[in-house]
Amino acid sequence: MEELTIFLVIYGTLLGAFGAAAVLVWFERRLLGFWQDRLGPNRVGPFGIGLALADVIKLLAKEDWVPPFSDRLVFIFAPTAVVITMLLGFAVVPYTEHLFIADLNIGLLFFLGMTSLAVYSVLLGGLGSHNKYALLGGLRSAAQMVSYEVFMGLSLMGVVMISGSFSLVDIVKTQAEHGWFVISQFLGFIVFLMAGIAESHRLPFDLPEAEHELVAGFHTEYSGMKFGLFMLGEYLSLILISSMITTIFFGGWLGPSFLPDLVLDFVPPIFWFFAKTGTCICFFILLRAAIPRPRYDQLMSFGWKLLLPLTLVNLLITGAVLLWL
Amino acid sequence: MLKAILSQIISLYRICLHLFAKADTVQYPEEMPYLAPRYRGRIVLTRDPDGNERCVACNLCAVACPVDCIALQKAEDEHGRWYPEFFRINFSRCIMCGMCEEACPTYSIQLTPDFEMCEYDRQNMVYEKEHLLISGQGKYPGYSFYNVAGKAIKDKDKGEALNEAQPIDIKSLLP
Repeated sequence: MEELTIFLVIYGTLLGAFGAAAVLVWFERRLLGFWQDRLGPNRVGPFGIGLALADVIKLLAKEDWVPPFSDRLVFIFAPTAVVITMLLGFAVVPYTEHLFIADLNIGLLFFLGMTSLAVYSVLLGGLGSHNKYALLGGLRSAAQMVSYEVFMGLSLMGVVMISGSFSLVDIVKTQAEHGWFVISQFLGFIVFLMAGIAESHRLPFDLPEAEHELVAGFHTEYSGMKFGLFMLGEYLSLILISSMITTIFFGGWLGPSFLPDLVLDFVPPIFWFFAKTGTCICFFILLRAAIPRPRYDQLMSFGWKLLLPLTLVNLLITGAVLLWL
Repeated sequence: MLKAILSQIISLYRICLHLFAKADTVQYPEEMPYLAPRYRGRIVLTRDPDGNERCVACNLCAVACPVDCIALQKAEDEHGRWYPEFFRINFSRCIMCGMCEEACPTYSIQLTPDFEMCEYDRQNMVYEKEHLLISGQGKYPGYSFYNVAGKAIKDKDKGEALNEAQPIDIKSLLP
């Protein structure tokens, strides 16, 4: 029975993540349309949702071309890396108290490690393409992701200090008594949000891609399903970061405590998890719609001169409060 | 710095409000956009109130056309009235600028609010005179060039039309 549950959760996560990523392609464009006073794609199927399927069919039916000047092995490996690491990252996401693939006692570190490994995908994609724009994109992503990695880890340390565990299930359980960490760790939340955007290289921090200056950045030479895998990886990382923000800062499967107990008993905990994650994804898309892309040096100085001190201050305050209060 | 962050948050809020704004999109094939009467679309040749074609084959439209998509040949009937022997507009070149309409001294060539001229074959975009001529008067009803131009044509001498004065006798000394 136990094994069957795990089996179901693994395949559910796999299919759910792929399905959600495909639907997100449509959903993002639709939502962007609304925010820009347009309608967005609304022709294929009800509300245009068939666009997700049409996109998948289009990508699968395209010629799978490897440029003859590219480093073939690296070129083919690069797009798979991001998908593999992002899917592995889902292994530690607790959907509810009992519904998860693995409750590692280093769950948080595992997640950070997996997102860090995803940088190889962009880096190798840029390097293996033998294209100067792709190389510039890969270079940028290396600098950007390595530097934002630092604050991403550090911003979570306050949470770890309070909950005393790296296990994500324990972190959520701590929030049941302590209240959501978004309040007590607000600085950490802000920094994690920024770093999360930079990690998943979504707008406004999508400088590795930067189509206005680098053609398409690291995936300039990619087409067909290999490009599709990069796309998939981007959306997977969007979902993963959103679910991590939900888990770590918004109390995961816990319902909002101001609601009456009757509602909290009635609504299943998994609903809260998905509702919060969905809201978070919508917020990421809103960021894309509203905020212009910074210059590359602005991005780096913003990270090192503002976010790093902020995290350190957060860490100091949290430590002091825990020690002396 | 704080001001910059605040401005980002305000822009996030304002963009978010657009979720409730009405979309500007016109769902074209189902919902037709409103085109003003003076919209510059497909070109037509109009007729005067008597049903004769207005064009006098003066070639001004062809000269004014910046992309040279108008071709015509002048011909003359037995009373000395000019008319185009053929009149051809290549709509695959036409940029709908309306300069021909501005140049036309007889209000013959006019642009209409119709842009749906898709063809599978490019040759079908070349419109001949029989395709261009409409039976009506277009945007200027009641206008007839020969009733105001002071030119003698069949059944009408100089100065006999409605709004014309008799030609001045330049050899007379009387006022």
